Amino acid sequence: MMQRLLSGDYPRSRALTALLLIIGVSLALGPFLFPGVRAFSMLGMICVFIIVVASYDLMLGYTHIVSFAHTMFFGIGAYGVAMATDAFGSGYGALLIGIGGALLLSVLLSLLLGLLSLRVKAIFFALVTLAVAFAFLSLVTQLYNLTGGEDGLAMRVPRELGPAFRPFDEPWVGFDLVGFFTGLFSDPAGAFQNALFDVRVSGKHLMYYVAFVSAVLVFLFLLRMVNSPFGRVLQAIRENEFRAQALGYRTVFYRTAVVIVSALLATLAGVLFALINRYVNPENTLNFELMVFILLMCVIGGMGTLYGAVVGTAVFLLAQNYLQDLLKLLAGGAEPGSLLEHLVGPDRWLLWFGLLFVLSVYFFPTGIVGQLRLWAARRRQRRAARRPVADQGEQHHAS
Amino acid sequence: MASLQPETVSRPVLETRGLTINFGGHVAVNQVSCAFHAGTLTSIVGPNGAGKTTWFNLISGQLPASAGSVRLFDEDITKLGAAARADKGLGRAFQLTNLFPNLTALENVRLAVASRHRIGHVFWQMASRRRDLTDRAAAYLEQVNLGRRADDLVANLPHGDQRKLEVALMLALEPEVFMFDEPTAGMSVDEVPVILDLIADIKNKQNKVILLVEHKMDVVRSLSDRIVVLHNGELVADGEPAEVIASPIVQEAYLGATADDPAEEA
Repeated sequence: MMQRLLSGDYPRSRALTALLLIIGVSLALGPFLFPGVRAFSMLGMICVFIIVVASYDLMLGYTHIVSFAHTMFFGIGAYGVAMATDAFGSGYGALLIGIGGALLLSVLLSLLLGLLSLRVKAIFFALVTLAVAFAFLSLVTQLYNLTGGEDGLAMRVPRELGPAFRPFDEPWVGFDLVGFFTGLFSDPAGAFQNALFDVRVSGKHLMYYVAFVSAVLVFLFLLRMVNSPFGRVLQAIRENEFRAQALGYRTVFYRTAVVIVSALLATLAGVLFALINRYVNPENTLNFELMVFILLMCVIGGMGTLYGAVVGTAVFLLAQNYLQDLLKLLAGGAEPGSLLEHLVGPDRWLLWFGLLFVLSVYFFPTGIVGQLRLWAARRRQRRAARRPVADQGEQHHAS
Repeated sequence: MASLQPETVSRPVLETRGLTINFGGHVAVNQVSCAFHAGTLTSIVGPNGAGKTTWFNLISGQLPASAGSVRLFDEDITKLGAAARADKGLGRAFQLTNLFPNLTALENVRLAVASRHRIGHVFWQMASRRRDLTDRAAAYLEQVNLGRRADDLVANLPHGDQRKLEVALMLALEPEVFMFDEPTAGMSVDEVPVILDLIADIKNKQNKVILLVEHKMDVVRSLSDRIVVLHNGELVADGEPAEVIASPIVQEAYLGATADDPAEEA
């Protein structure tokens, strides 16, 4: 069962398994474990960006295609549904028109990009995608009649997926994990009671779970894809495209297919983003900064492993959202006006953010997942060396 | 060694007609016309820079011809890319090892097996579910004596093993035309017979075209049904081994030079 679900591609590291379980449970029960609007919106973003980053990794990590047009497809999805509901109202019909139109446009554009990679290789391909993405960005900004220009569009979601929809009269009970653990220090006796909070289930929660289930399905789909014969060919192209051709693989076909699949999934993620965020503008969907963030999430998690996409996205978004709070906490203990206070002031968060990522890429060139797997493999090797014969059978199962 | 010369002279499997390529002004392969029949092993000899590997590249599609044509089973394949030609049965083992370094030896061969079975597009099935393909790949590894190295990354294999893997990949493609480009170069003395036995085995058991670029004259002499000599991109001699080796042009120009210089050709 598990073998089939994960397509035989296990985490292969106990620490990684634990990390993935924590992320999985936090996302699955998120709205009932972390109170507050901010936490809720971040959980939604993690689900959306797992799709974005995983599909990007299919290109970057598995096939070595560097594209800067990923946000373009993300934006096509987001604008597609936003514009459709803007024009035709907030029904499901409008939503479907938006999704259909966006997917169609994405297929066409990605097909063109994929075929282009026949002529333009590596870094030049990356530059072309960059140019296309910028052209698209300025197109969206210029056509403000349709797209709202810089101001963007407010997304009108179907009632069942919006905050006004209340399927249950009674509030559900949530359990504030963070509050519970901090409560253990201040008020151990009442910690449990105090951690309980009311969750008024609304359409937003439904929408969150739509995004969550989509993320899980996309992840498992991609996991299957990269472990299929098709996925092996992608890795072959990554390793040595020349040789893959000599073996009879028409690599253009494979590269184009990957670019299209990846674009379609990014479009889907864009749709989910618009539905969750209910507001779409060039800044939050098409920006080059966003593209860099996607690239970073991919690299930090570990290129060429889909688990890396999950871990990278979670770590990155957590840091982006909570580093400032952490710094505030640290700066509170520092003397006012001292150098330390200047260094750890909350408005210095970008400095630390950058530093954190430079260090992580420097020390973990294969990303968090790559590093954890490396450590686990070394440990297994050491153990195997210590007990050469007796353990062989069990070894295989454990790995 | 007994050779399987075709009795009823059939059509050639592979043929090059006036095949030419020039790089800028330099003509690396000049008007080479040659036909190859099933069941024969042809050695291609000539000094370094004679254009042997370039000719191979023109045949298997790594380079586009400037003029002339390549025909496989009477079909003009000159315009096809390397992938399409491999698909039609041109198997190539490269002179400079050319593998997938960060995949295991088994995975390398499995890629060739998967290509042969045309399942590269299958994205819904786990690769590990196709036991049949894995077993086949493992069998080819055994054939080149690499069974024990199946799970090693290719990057970690010694040079000789990589050369053997190169051959295993071509075997796995089950081609109609085997093109060996100095298969034993850089191999240790005790590994060479493994590859030579393999080539002899293909020759004796399968009715295929085998092309062999080789510098070691003893190897050429013992395996070949025919020898083709290239010099400065031109075909200068073609015939039975004894006759070609005895010919004055080969005696003078090449055998002395190549015997003590088995190094790579550019």
